[in-house]
Amino acid sequence: MSKPTSLFVIFFSLFVMSEAVFEDQVGKFDWRQQYVGKTLFAHFDSHSQSSKKLFLATDKNIFASFNSRTGELFWRHVDKAGPEGTIDILLLHGQGDNSGRLLRSWDTNMGGLNWEAVLDTGSFQAACFVAMQDTVKHVAVLKKAAISLHYLTNGHQKWVENLPDSDTVQYQAVYSGGEEEVYVLGVVPNSHLTIIAYSLEDGEIIKQVTWSRTLCVVVGHGVLMCVDTATLALYVDTLVCNRLYIPVLVSSQPHPARSPISEFFLQLGPDHHVLLQLNADGYTIAPLRDFQPSDVFPPQLYVHAFLKKDDSVGYRVLVQTQDHALTFIQQPGRVVWTREEALADVVTMEMVDLPLTGTQAELEGEFGKKADGLFPMVLKRLSSQVILLQAWLAHLWKLFYEARKPHGQVKNEVTIETLSRDEFNLQKMMVMVTASGKLFGIDSKSGSILWKHYLENVQPNAVFKLIVQRTTAHFPHPPQCTLLIKDKDTGLASLHVFNPIFGRKSHIAPPALPRPILQSLLLPVIDQDYAKVLLLVDDQYKVTAFPSTKNVLQQLQEMASSIFFYLIRSDQGNLSGFRLRKDLSTERIWEVVLPTEVQKIVAVNGKRPNEHVHSQGRVMGDRSVLYKYLNPNLLAVVTESTDAHPERAFVGVFLVDGVTGRIIHEAVQRKARGPVHFVHSENWVVYEYWNTKSRRNEFSVLELFEGTELYNSTVFSSLDRPHLPQVLQQTYIFPSPITTMEATLTEKGITSRHLLVGLPSGAILSLPKMFLDPRRPEVVTEHSREENLIPYAPEMPIRTEWFINYNQTVARVKGIYTAPSGLESTCLVVAYGLDIYQTRVYPSKQFDVLKDDYDYVLISSVLFALFFATMISKRLAQVKLLNRAWR
Amino acid sequence: MASVPRSFLLLSIIPTILILCADFACCNTGRKTGDGLDTDFSGFSVPLEHSFEVDDVSRFRMRGALQLRGGRETSVSLSQSQLSEEDRNTLKEVAAVDGLYKIRVPRVSLTDRQTERQMDGYLTAFVRACSLVESHLSDVITLHTDVSGYLIGVSIVTIPGACRGTEVEDEVDLEAFNTTLTIIVPTNAPQPETALFIERMDIEHEKRGKPQEQKSFFAKYWMYIVPLVLFLMMSGAQDQSGGGAANGGGR
Repeated sequence: MSKPTSLFVIFFSLFVMSEAVFEDQVGKFDWRQQYVGKTLFAHFDSHSQSSKKLFLATDKNIFASFNSRTGELFWRHVDKAGPEGTIDILLLHGQGDNSGRLLRSWDTNMGGLNWEAVLDTGSFQAACFVAMQDTVKHVAVLKKAAISLHYLTNGHQKWVENLPDSDTVQYQAVYSGGEEEVYVLGVVPNSHLTIIAYSLEDGEIIKQVTWSRTLCVVVGHGVLMCVDTATLALYVDTLVCNRLYIPVLVSSQPHPARSPISEFFLQLGPDHHVLLQLNADGYTIAPLRDFQPSDVFPPQLYVHAFLKKDDSVGYRVLVQTQDHALTFIQQPGRVVWTREEALADVVTMEMVDLPLTGTQAELEGEFGKKADGLFPMVLKRLSSQVILLQAWLAHLWKLFYEARKPHGQVKNEVTIETLSRDEFNLQKMMVMVTASGKLFGIDSKSGSILWKHYLENVQPNAVFKLIVQRTTAHFPHPPQCTLLIKDKDTGLASLHVFNPIFGRKSHIAPPALPRPILQSLLLPVIDQDYAKVLLLVDDQYKVTAFPSTKNVLQQLQEMASSIFFYLIRSDQGNLSGFRLRKDLSTERIWEVVLPTEVQKIVAVNGKRPNEHVHSQGRVMGDRSVLYKYLNPNLLAVVTESTDAHPERAFVGVFLVDGVTGRIIHEAVQRKARGPVHFVHSENWVVYEYWNTKSRRNEFSVLELFEGTELYNSTVFSSLDRPHLPQVLQQTYIFPSPITTMEATLTEKGITSRHLLVGLPSGAILSLPKMFLDPRRPEVVTEHSREENLIPYAPEMPIRTEWFINYNQTVARVKGIYTAPSGLESTCLVVAYGLDIYQTRVYPSKQFDVLKDDYDYVLISSVLFALFFATMISKRLAQVKLLNRAWR
Repeated sequence: MASVPRSFLLLSIIPTILILCADFACCNTGRKTGDGLDTDFSGFSVPLEHSFEVDDVSRFRMRGALQLRGGRETSVSLSQSQLSEEDRNTLKEVAAVDGLYKIRVPRVSLTDRQTERQMDGYLTAFVRACSLVESHLSDVITLHTDVSGYLIGVSIVTIPGACRGTEVEDEVDLEAFNTTLTIIVPTNAPQPETALFIERMDIEHEKRGKPQEQKSFFAKYWMYIVPLVLFLMMSGAQDQSGGGAANGGGR
């Protein structure tokens, strides 16, 4: 008994093992792009003229080094997400460092960490390098109540001093001019300034000066500016009471051992800068140039000026624009490279089929047009056949022509003009929506950005929903995507309609939406232009249709009684269902309330509308069929208890029918807490949670079956399914936390399913659904072996061969998108987060494709050999027969 | 589970259906057991209302009263009146225009009587009126509660559930409801079955392990080892004597 079991397990592990990538396939079907996010600090490596390094610290808590010639990443450090990893300052002197609670120093060549020093608690104010006789040896860190000096070589603290009167004085700046003193500037609001000079050697206070506002002048629009001649420190305050904008002074100190440049910028408004110069007498300030608001995008500039060999001034500029694009510009205004850092924060995406080629479209068009008689139809068919023939000949000629060229030159660039669908529809257009409001069209095969479109006036807290209203299948109508942009606070929404292939805004005017939008739903109803109808429900439960042509409204009226939708108000724990009336008003027909005192709704997930399920049931060991409960309207609602105590915390899973509001299943996972990640597909729900008692992550799978008999095998109606399904559930231990989860999707749903699990380590695990099957038997029987069920094991394995991204780590995976391709075996996968990774997966291996290394020569030579052998033997047989006849 | 005897119709008394929740092991409310004992075991009743209108505007009327009994064994029974002549006609009309038959119950807690007043609002469910008519008013009403015993949802289905357009001639069929009533409390999702698995592994180990332990390597292959050792000893002895001879020769 035991031996077959173990053999069985080994068999299965072998069966699943063979899906890793071969070494020569690396990068063939997949690509990865690494991003860093919006730049906060940038430094040029100015030590040597030929240096190509550029150092950035970003809002995503990333410290990175770029090649300034190409824009490629040398190295990158991804710190903890959230406020824990926030980079406060980036200083550069041969070595870079950043600080907060930690002070770190990195090697700029390799990106290795030199040292790390833990700082005392207290909010960070400023930091600077301290130099003596042109050599930088220390770094000074100013906290709210203390100043500390660290050695630059090893990070050890030289001294730390408490700042005097730190409860009243706001210390703001620390400065060192290359002498043996460190100056700290503090401000008592509306009173005076304090300047303290510390000795570099032992941290002793050398002198303490208090300035009242005698040296202050009013500059520009009610801005008070104070100048300290001794230290060249500057202080600015507004006199105007309504502090809409606090002026900022921007100065630059090229070397820590020398004084800062006497020219400086004063930022008076979000887009108003004044270039000022401190005169030689040290008292007066002369404005050099006033930069009035002129630019639509106030860019963030990092300028690096240097002396060229012929003593002329050269410069390089790094520009950060509002759409998070990072552009590097060199002297004659030439753009060297641009990085689209908006892609570090992809919110949602869709994959759209590419259009057909001109000839294919011609053929399609033939069927699209109205029939006008037999003879013209024949002519049209013939003409399109001729065009096809021409295209084929042209293709052959091109192949022949290219074959003569050396191999390296044949590299056809993907441009927007040459885009066309490939044989197996493996190449698609990835439409990506980023948090900054910039839309991208990316070719899924190469990863090159084919179009981009920046949406202005998108609020930072906007939520996006991308809807494909018309696919590429309806030639000559162009495909159409609609982006619903909703302000999270007000709920007011707007629509952006565009062509997903070219990124152009559509000429179709979207409807005005004066009221907050609660819900949007894409109906299977299509208008005369083959665009699916989008229904938008506002806060008065009125429905707006888009497109709202007469045809659509008429169809809606006819179908009104069969259009149901649901609304969820998670703050009230309220789920309610509505039905459309003929006059496009709605009526509430069901209501389920989960009391918020007990549990709160954290996530609701329906099924994907483009999902196909090939088999209606599962054949069991005794040859009977267990039918799946395939309710397309089923919603999985996940709740978390409000009581966070580890003994009483629970995670609730409710399966609710979205049409009737019937609770199909209600399960409670005790001693569990979120974050819950779950996938709802076919007849199953898989969710992952944290077990508070055992302190581990667990996976649970729910499967729904109708039983061995179908109630109504022809059509599924939520209104006519009186019997509740059987629910099977099993739970497993998962040895890693997860960040996101998605299921593979294929064209017809024949291929077995895998779960794609994003792990915090940056790996993407392709976990066969076979391992998450509630029918896995605890005791192996004849039937279960017949059914190929794996015996139950409480722990889910993580095999490194299952990582679909081998060593291409995807940092901070936020979402995984799956799309079917034209091949049933193949599913396209895009993982996005900080990085973007695209690949293909074959959950049941490539059963419909010949292998890459398929031996065509062998098979054809065998075929030919057999053919000739038959010919020869036939001839020989004939001769022999003839000879025998003569005998 | 229960049905209304036809003989009762003449008497026109209120038929009472009592259904006991089959599921009492799961009524774990997550609080101390002492709390459960304190609660009122006499039970309480909440109204069950229904609405069926030709114009689909909800006007809820009393259908019956649900007798709820909380505590360890949650049970529910329903006492409901018959449909009046007028109601029967309306229901048929609503069925003819494919209208909806809606029911609602107020949000209550089955265990905690104090908080009952604080909650407002109703839980609503619906079924197509035609299927109710065609099933001769035989419906299944299910009440769902959460872990703390709050009612969170109600559902109604008819058996059979389809609308085939068959006429219901017999007025008698539409007089009294034939209701099946259940309460469903959340099921506890399973934990990973580690204990059973370890037990099974142990058994397997024992099965596999015993014969191996009994026979050591030497015990298994002594028939090969002994001749080999003997052979080596023999040859070694020969070598030694030969070596001695050689040494002697060299001297």
